[in-house]
Amino acid sequence: MAVDRSDIEKIATLARIKLDENSIPEITSSICDILALVDKMQLVKTDDIEPMAHPLDAIQRLRCDKVTEEDQREAFQQIAPQTEDGLYLVPKVIE
Amino acid sequence: MEWETVIGLEVHVQLATQSKIFSGSSTRFGAAPNTQACAVDLAMPGTLPVLNEQALRYAIMFGLAIDADINQRSVFDRKNYFYPDLPKGYQTTQLDEPIVGPGLIEVQLDDGSCKQIRIHHAHLEEDAGKSLHEDFHGMSGIDLNRAGTPLIEIVSEPDMRTSEEAIAFAKKLHSIVTCLGISDGDMSQGSMRFDVNISVRPKGTEELGTRTETKNLNSFRFMERAIKLEVERQIDLIEDGGSIAQETRLYDSDKNISRSMRSKEEANDYRYFPCPDLLPISIDASYINELRENLPELPEAKKARFVSSYALSAYDANMLTADRATADYFEALSQACGDAKLAANWLMGELSASLNNHDINIEHCPISAKQLAELISRIKDNTISGKIAKQVFEAMWNGEGSADTIIEAKGLKQVSDSGAIEAMVEEVLSANQAMVDDYLGEEVEKKRKKKFNALVGRVMQASKGKANPSQVNQILQKKLDS
Repeated sequence: MAVDRSDIEKIATLARIKLDENSIPEITSSICDILALVDKMQLVKTDDIEPMAHPLDAIQRLRCDKVTEEDQREAFQQIAPQTEDGLYLVPKVIE
Repeated sequence: MEWETVIGLEVHVQLATQSKIFSGSSTRFGAAPNTQACAVDLAMPGTLPVLNEQALRYAIMFGLAIDADINQRSVFDRKNYFYPDLPKGYQTTQLDEPIVGPGLIEVQLDDGSCKQIRIHHAHLEEDAGKSLHEDFHGMSGIDLNRAGTPLIEIVSEPDMRTSEEAIAFAKKLHSIVTCLGISDGDMSQGSMRFDVNISVRPKGTEELGTRTETKNLNSFRFMERAIKLEVERQIDLIEDGGSIAQETRLYDSDKNISRSMRSKEEANDYRYFPCPDLLPISIDASYINELRENLPELPEAKKARFVSSYALSAYDANMLTADRATADYFEALSQACGDAKLAANWLMGELSASLNNHDINIEHCPISAKQLAELISRIKDNTISGKIAKQVFEAMWNGEGSADTIIEAKGLKQVSDSGAIEAMVEEVLSANQAMVDDYLGEEVEKKRKKKFNALVGRVMQASKGKANPSQVNQILQKKLDS
């Protein structure tokens, strides 16, 4: 499977990634290489293998329902670009 | 052409846990912004989720309550999309292997008929934060207190054909989750939110029409209005030669309009994949059995018990078991006053009306079951009449004290002293000779009765409502007949 420039531009938009115009040819060819590798992996016969949800053969540990966290808003908000009235401010989004 | 509506529901229910689904932050409603958002909720690098057992238990309890298959193995997936109130850039949810498999819910409609609605599945997931768009100099403010609150999303099959059925189904879900105690069911705080999938098709045909999804309805009334609006919109559009676009819509309850939010083309590609931060969940059969054996009384069983042990009508029992808080209040009230019928009447009458008027949930009712029981007892022991009781109730609602205090302070005690009543009757008779003559001259029995009642009314008025009505009747009759 191969992708072209327009695919890369669309994926970048969906992933909210800004691409440098000049880098697009290189990225396109890298992704084509990766997809070629995936195509190769697809040739492996996996019909008799049950899919795994996780590479570790283990099950999820559970937590008991207790509040263990204290308010650390001040510390967290020190590394936020902008805050006001305890809220994190972000560029306006409205759907 | 006659049209048939097809409705399916996706219902988000906030689970009543103390802490979040994957972190130890509190889920308490109404805290100052971001004071209940820890490093895990904020998606700080290096943090890892650990599943809250109580959330898992509540999801299983719901599944057991609707006779669904509980999947002993279940997996969390990532649903990827970009929105600032979702700091990780994905919602941790379940897709292919949800905790609760197919189930069934039976609802009763107003005409007494029953309808079965199939549940496709129910899964565990985390809630997102909240975005505030006003007053931040062109920016949006993000509060992540709600991020990570545990939810179950219940997905129905498209089995409903009218808004009435959809509302009945939504109410039934509300009563199940509150009876189980797995959610507070407080719609005003967003504890239950409905997404409604709607399509129409010519009556008698099988093929489903193109559907739209109206998102985030948070009251039964809005849901009913939004469904009616969308059905009308779709039928008008098709009858005018147009076609329905598959899209997500938002309902504006203030203006009673809906608008398109995003079309199918703009829809996110969620790129689901199993969450590598969480291992598969494995549940023992014994764990499920123990929950099954200890399941709280469900609405149907409660309803049947209310009919048999309190001798209530099916209608009353249905109303009183609509949610657990109402059912609990009724049981406390009925036991304290010893009269189930009066308790039911007062709860569904005066008390419900006052709660509705003030938009208060029964959990926050200013009059406790015990206090109301005291008032009802005073009606039963003839201290006051039913009419005066309403006056006392109003004073109690306004915080003027207990029933006995108010009756005493306002001098509302019923007059049962026959001498006093006789004096009042005589006074009224002599002051209203014309009415008396009119009554005595009347020959039609029905009219005669009416004229008699008018005189009873005058005596009651003279006593300011305090005379014992049955004594007034008796004495007045005796006087007039003599």
